Amino acid sequence: MANPSAVCNGHLHHHHQKQNNLLKSGIYKKNGITKGMKKNGVSNGTLHKKTITEHFEQAPMYVAVLTFLGFGVGTIFGYLRDFMRAWGLEKRNVAAEREQQKDFVPLYQDFENFYTRNLYMRIRDNWNRPICSVPGPQFDLMERVTDDYNWTFRFTGRTIKNVINMGSYNYLGFAETDVNALKTVTIELQKYGTGICSTRQEMGSLDKHVELEKLVAKFLGVEDAMVFGMGFATNSMNIPALVGKGCLILSDELNHTSLVLGARLSGATIRIFKHNNMQSLEKLLRDAIIYGQPRSRRAWRKILILVEGIYSMEGSIVRLPEIVFLKKKYKAYLYLDEAHSIGAVGATGRGVVEYFGMSPDDVDVLMGTFTKSFGAAGGYIAGKKDLVDFLRTHSHSAVYATSMCPPVAEQIIRAMKCLMGLDGTTQGLQRVRQLGKNTRYFRRRLHEMGFIIYGNDDSPVVPLLLYMPGKIGAFARRMLEKNIGVVVVGFPATPITESRARFCVSAAHTREMLDTVLNALDELGDFLHLKYSRYSKSSHPELYEETRLELED
Amino acid sequence: MDIKSLKNYLYWLYCQFELITCSYLMEPWEKLLFYTFNITMLVMVLYTAYIFVPVHISTAFQFFLHLLGNQHENTVSVVK
Repeated sequence: MANPSAVCNGHLHHHHQKQNNLLKSGIYKKNGITKGMKKNGVSNGTLHKKTITEHFEQAPMYVAVLTFLGFGVGTIFGYLRDFMRAWGLEKRNVAAEREQQKDFVPLYQDFENFYTRNLYMRIRDNWNRPICSVPGPQFDLMERVTDDYNWTFRFTGRTIKNVINMGSYNYLGFAETDVNALKTVTIELQKYGTGICSTRQEMGSLDKHVELEKLVAKFLGVEDAMVFGMGFATNSMNIPALVGKGCLILSDELNHTSLVLGARLSGATIRIFKHNNMQSLEKLLRDAIIYGQPRSRRAWRKILILVEGIYSMEGSIVRLPEIVFLKKKYKAYLYLDEAHSIGAVGATGRGVVEYFGMSPDDVDVLMGTFTKSFGAAGGYIAGKKDLVDFLRTHSHSAVYATSMCPPVAEQIIRAMKCLMGLDGTTQGLQRVRQLGKNTRYFRRRLHEMGFIIYGNDDSPVVPLLLYMPGKIGAFARRMLEKNIGVVVVGFPATPITESRARFCVSAAHTREMLDTVLNALDELGDFLHLKYSRYSKSSHPELYEETRLELED
Repeated sequence: MDIKSLKNYLYWLYCQFELITCSYLMEPWEKLLFYTFNITMLVMVLYTAYIFVPVHISTAFQFFLHLLGNQHENTVSVVK
């Protein structure tokens, strides 16, 4: 029990307190969190224990104009091509209504479809690239070519070796093929096989799942946890179990699709607040309390705030202290999706709760995935025991979905134990530190080069703004020519004028790899004219030497 | 100035044009269409300018000359 706090000795008392809390909740109440914190000088009455430095720099006006110009030209040619398809001048490659049903309500017509067919199709080679190795810091790509402008691809049989991987959510580098590290996983695979074709409520519950759940609860410092075999379904199936008709969901506008789907499936009323904007959230909360439900004016049965820890498209970190304050003030519930933040931020990788030095009891529902930092698959829900017990009986994921594959569970256990220091090494802690160093280095260098990047300085998700549709394709292709794999994101996932490339820094990236990427970016940034930042260079003093020294120790 | 850097700069400008207008992503025949259209427009604008701009400039010149007091004699006589 004392082990985890002993290993993360640099990290603070409140984790310790969490452990105490787990054991004897009576004492916790007597002490009170504020008192304990004051003693240690962390909390000083203000909500901001941390200075939040987030950048959302606006590009110059002409960039938006040129972006729309590009989309305009693309749209005109799209209409031309659609016209030609309609008149049979060009082969139709997409799904279309059958001839017999031409007077029916059209199935395949909307703007996104037009966009996919006419703009996305031109740069489709930059997405869904097949890989043929573990997606570690470097991977191998299968080379493919197209004969009909990205409608179909064929493999050449060659592989592109050792491409630097800047796209995987492998934050702590646990996606690895080291035989020693995976020894226990191999043993479990031989013992249990790949899976048991039953649900958690029937025959699918194994001792491995119980072990994992206990470990997750211990890791997060909460009473209980439940694990699911699929991260997406964790969100989309558990939210409907928690709220329903007559409830109100306040959702951040940039929440992930899984949260959006879950909220819609629940049948609750959904209201959207501006991204990370506390004024907007407070206004919605106040209105909800004052006016209640529309027409009947009854009070809402429950109010649930849905937020994410790190927003994967913006790289911003949720303003948890303020949200918790508002939630307590207005007596709402908080559902925190730590998909990207668990393992990636916080002094010992325990997510945004630790990052802000808060207690996990402040958050009602802690959700997270194992897909990212832990190099596995699945998700968890953690919190109070009665919450988790309720979900065990009511969640669709528990009732209908097959349980988690035991070797995957073992991989999570291995990674989590490593992170907690239960394997007797400080490797996990080193990985978290390395990730922090890599993140700050990468972000700082990009700032210095004059790129516009979004998000919090501590977030390992680094979006680099490209803006123009032509540049998305050119950027990804030229990066691949330089043996660097990047993820580019365009319209449906981002606002139409804010196409971007998204880098995910990993603890497994070495300084040489990052430098290679940065040099390539510097060159490409000049060529593609991407350096739109108007921050003066003098505000970023040259710190290279200092950091080098720090890293050598 | 050395020709090479100028050539590189022109190539860079051309690439920028292609990237901004999406013509970088077009199929060859679309590119042909796009460039034909653009060049036609450009030529027409230049030709129009060649025909009309000198006339306009000389008219404007006359007008300003007029304002600045270089009036014709008969106008002056009318005022008197």
